Amino acid sequence: MTMEWIRFILGTGLLVIGAVTFLAEIFGVFKFRYVLNRMQVAAMGDTLGIGASMAGLMILFGFRFVTLKLALVLVFLWCASPVSSHLISRLEYTVDEDLEKFCELDVAEREEK
Amino acid sequence: MSRLLSEEEYGRRPIGAFKQWVNGIRDPYLNNVEIREKIQPQESEEVLRKRQEEAVAVIRQVHDVANNSQYTLFRKFYKAAALVCCLTLTILLLITVAYLPPVGNAGNPAHNEVAAKYIEDGMQDTGAVNIVTGMILDYRAFDTFGESNVLFIATCTVLILMRNDKKKGKGSAEEEEKRDSFYEPKNDKILQTVAMVLVPFIILFGIYVILNGHLSPGGGFSGGAVIGAGLILYLNAFGFEKTERFFTAKTYKWISFSALSFYCIAKSYSFYTGAHHLESGIPLGTPGNILSSGLILPLNICVGLVVACTMYAFFALFRKGGF
Repeated sequence: MTMEWIRFILGTGLLVIGAVTFLAEIFGVFKFRYVLNRMQVAAMGDTLGIGASMAGLMILFGFRFVTLKLALVLVFLWCASPVSSHLISRLEYTVDEDLEKFCELDVAEREEK
Repeated sequence: MSRLLSEEEYGRRPIGAFKQWVNGIRDPYLNNVEIREKIQPQESEEVLRKRQEEAVAVIRQVHDVANNSQYTLFRKFYKAAALVCCLTLTILLLITVAYLPPVGNAGNPAHNEVAAKYIEDGMQDTGAVNIVTGMILDYRAFDTFGESNVLFIATCTVLILMRNDKKKGKGSAEEEEKRDSFYEPKNDKILQTVAMVLVPFIILFGIYVILNGHLSPGGGFSGGAVIGAGLILYLNAFGFEKTERFFTAKTYKWISFSALSFYCIAKSYSFYTGAHHLESGIPLGTPGNILSSGLILPLNICVGLVVACTMYAFFALFRKGGF
């Protein structure tokens, strides 16, 4: 009985953390104006939010075959989202001419521009 | 060629000259026919200005929206006609909706014997545990065949529009691709590592989905899409020179052709024997086994190959104009 309660509280707590992260992500995506800022907020939801929600679901489900599938989904999402945002940010870094307005650059980077 | 005369002497005779002309050695009209050089028409400033004024006047008189009575009339008529058409369509559709049978009524025309027959006898007739696969690849196999052909035809159309045949120099496929993706990150270590880890699993998963099409949800279309996505990821990470080692236009051609023709022949045979109540000789096997349900497994593989090739070909054609 106590284990059930602990499991329920842990699972729902993680789910709530995930939901709060998603809310923060949505707020930030509309609040920020610059690409890299918005991308950072979006990436936070795609990694931490998804991770917390999936972990909560896994705890609530218990150890079953579905749990393994959820873990696989999580691995794929953790691979896909950071890599794609990395590529987009690299493109932004290459293309944007007045990057200095938004973020600090090293001397070497500034000369490269 | 005459043996009695020398080459030069022979060329001066009419028959020799004709032969040389046929063989493309000599052009009798070259330097003989007078060709005048084309003279560019010279126009004075006056004429040019007049022409420009005319063009401006045409724009003012014809395209001037505010002062053109015919045009304003047409606009009014257009708006009225659009309103009438939309209202008519809306009313017609609403009347039709009013005559539709209520949702969930047992006597609706959708609840006929076909669905019941599929659900009851599906496993026995087709040998597939997954009734949907049994339906699309056995009862309605020609429909799926048409869909696969639609994919193939779509690739052909994109090929006609996007194909870049130039091999070298300005405007060639490589140059265009370089210009288009000049700023794109190339040879990205992170992407390459992730792709190296993920692509085998993605393709393996696609193959699993295709091979288990008659046992679990999935089948040729979804599995082929997964494999195509894996190939596209590999292409994005490593570039065309790596993928062209195993996938070229020739590979695409042969895979699509053999898959579609196998589908056509196999299903024609099956339908022919079925329609004439003959023994087809294709064992159905035990439902639930991987090697069961007769033709569904090979047909699933065919559809999956066509879908994967189509996805990859679309991407390659839009990206580079060839593959």
